[in-house]
Amino acid sequence: MAERDALSLIEAERRRDIRSRWLLSTPALLIILFAALGPLFIVLVYSFLTPGDYGDVKWTFSTEGWVSVFLQRDIFDDTLTIADAHLTIFWRSIKLSLMTTVVTLIVGFPTAYFIATRSERTRELWLFLITIPFWTNLLIRTLAMLVVIRNEGLINTMLIRFGLIDQPLQMLFTDGAILAGMVYVYLPLMVLPLYASMEKLDFRLIEAGYDLYATPFRVLTRIIIPLVKPGMIAGSILVFIPSLGAYVTPSILGGGKNLMIGNLIELQFGAGRNWPLGSALSIALMLIVMVALLAYVRNAGSSGVKHG
Amino acid sequence: MARRFDIRRQTGFTTIAMIVFFALYLPIAVLVVFAFNAGDSLSVWEGFSLHWFERAMENGAVIDASLRSLQIAGVAAVVATIAATMAALATTRTEPYPGLTFKYAFINQPLMIPEIVTAVALLIFFSRIKIWTGYDGLAYLIVAHTAFCVPFAYLPIRARLESMDLTLERAAADLYATPWNTFRYVTLPLLWPGILAGFMLAFVISLDDVVITNFVKSGGQDTLPTYMLGQMRRAITPEMNAISAVFLLISIAIVTVFFFVNRKRA
Repeated sequence: MAERDALSLIEAERRRDIRSRWLLSTPALLIILFAALGPLFIVLVYSFLTPGDYGDVKWTFSTEGWVSVFLQRDIFDDTLTIADAHLTIFWRSIKLSLMTTVVTLIVGFPTAYFIATRSERTRELWLFLITIPFWTNLLIRTLAMLVVIRNEGLINTMLIRFGLIDQPLQMLFTDGAILAGMVYVYLPLMVLPLYASMEKLDFRLIEAGYDLYATPFRVLTRIIIPLVKPGMIAGSILVFIPSLGAYVTPSILGGGKNLMIGNLIELQFGAGRNWPLGSALSIALMLIVMVALLAYVRNAGSSGVKHG
Repeated sequence: MARRFDIRRQTGFTTIAMIVFFALYLPIAVLVVFAFNAGDSLSVWEGFSLHWFERAMENGAVIDASLRSLQIAGVAAVVATIAATMAALATTRTEPYPGLTFKYAFINQPLMIPEIVTAVALLIFFSRIKIWTGYDGLAYLIVAHTAFCVPFAYLPIRARLESMDLTLERAAADLYATPWNTFRYVTLPLLWPGILAGFMLAFVISLDDVVITNFVKSGGQDTLPTYMLGQMRRAITPEMNAISAVFLLISIAIVTVFFFVNRKRA
C-alpha cells in the first residue's frame, strides 16, 4: 500500500510540475498566437473574400483572389489568360533566390573554412567580423550597396576616372543589383551555420586522406564536403527563405520595375487595393517556403552522416 | 625553401575569404566616410565636416523617429525577454512531457514565416481592431515587435539553461529555501548572462525592423528605419550617411557587449 501511495505522490508531483510549466509558458505562447501566428488564419480567410472599393474587403465569398494569382480575367469578354506579369515576378523571385543561395554558398564556403582553420584565439575575431554585419540594420547595408553601385556611385566614379568607361554603367535597378544586394545582406546567414559544422571537423580524417595519396581537391570533395553537408543545407535554407520573401532589398535596388513576390504583395495592399489577391499571394509564398522547409527536414534526416 | 605541408590548406580559400571580408566592409566604410563629407556628394570627397551630423540632429523628424524606435524596442525587448525567460524555464531541464515539442515549434515558428507575410497578417488584423476600438496608438507596434522578439530572446536563454544542471537548485531546496528564494538567489544569478544576451538580441532585432513596422504603423508613427526607407526612395544626401553612421555605432556597441557576455559562459 505504502508503495502505491509513494508512486501516486510522485505522479501527482509530476502533474503539478507539468501544469506549472504550462502556466510559465503561457505569456510567450499567447503573445505569439495573438501577434504572429493567429493573424495568419485571417489572411487565409481574406484570400477568399471580395476586394473592397477603397482597400480592405467585402464579406462575400470569392475565389477570384486565388484565380488571379496565376490567371487574369479579360475585362471585356471575361476570358481567362495566364497572368504573365505575376508569373514573371514569381519566376524572378525563385531564380534570384536560388542564385543568391548558390553564390553565398560558393563564396561563403571558403570563408567559413578560413575561419574554422584559424587558431583558437584569432578565430573569435574573424567570427566577430562576420557577426557585425549580420546584426547591423539591413536597411543600412542595402543603402551602402546602393551608394556603391549607383550611376554616381563609387564603382562608376572609379571606372570613369581610370578611363575604362565614358558613360556610367547602369547597375542600379537591375536584377543583378538585387542579386548583389541579397548576396551582400544574407551572406552571414550562410557563413555562420557552415562555420558551426566546420568547427567540428575532425582533421585526422583529412590527414588520413593525404596519407592515402589524395589530392587537396579530392580531400575537399570526398572528405570535407560530405562532412559539412548539414551546415551547407542549413545555410542554404537560411538564405533561401528570406531571399524569397525579400522586400526591402528589391524595392530599393530593383527600383519600381524589377519586382519580387514581396513587392507584389505590398502593391496589393497599397495602390492595387486588392487585399484578397495580396492575401492569396502571401499564402502562396508561405506554401513555397513550407515546401523548402519540408525538403530541408527530409534531407537533414537522411544526411546525418555517421562517422567516428 | 619548401613550406611545411599544411593539411588544412585549400588553394585559394584564404584569398576568397579576404575578398569576402573586404567586400563586406567596403560599402559600409564608404557609407561612414562620406557622412563626414563637406559637400553633398556621396562619392566625391570635398573635405571633412560634421555638417551632416548637425543637420540630422536638427531634423525634428529624425529625432522623433529615433525616440519612437528606442521606446518601442525598449518596451518590446523587456516584455519579450520576460516571456521568453519564463518559457525557457518551462521547456528545459525536464523529462519530455506532453506539449513540449509543440511549445518549441510554436515559439520558433515566427522565424520560419517570411516577414512580409507576418506584416500583411498584422496589417489586416490590426486594421480591424483599429476600426472596432478607435485606438491607433503605439501599442500595435509594441505588441507586434514583442511577438517577433520572443524567439530571438528565447534562444540564448534556453542555451544558457541547458548548460546549467539542477544540482544547485536541489541543494537550495534541501536547505529549505522557498521556490521563489531558490529562483531569486540561485537560478536567476546563474541565468543572468543568458537573459542579458536575449534582451540585447531582442532589442537589436526590434530596432532594425523595417517590414513589419512599415505595414503596422499608423500615420505619423515612423520609426528610424521606416523614416530612412521613405527618404531612400527620394534623393539621398549625406545626412542619411550620418544617421546610418550613428545607428551603426549603436548596433556595433550592442553586438560587442553581446559577444563578450555570451563568450564568458561557464
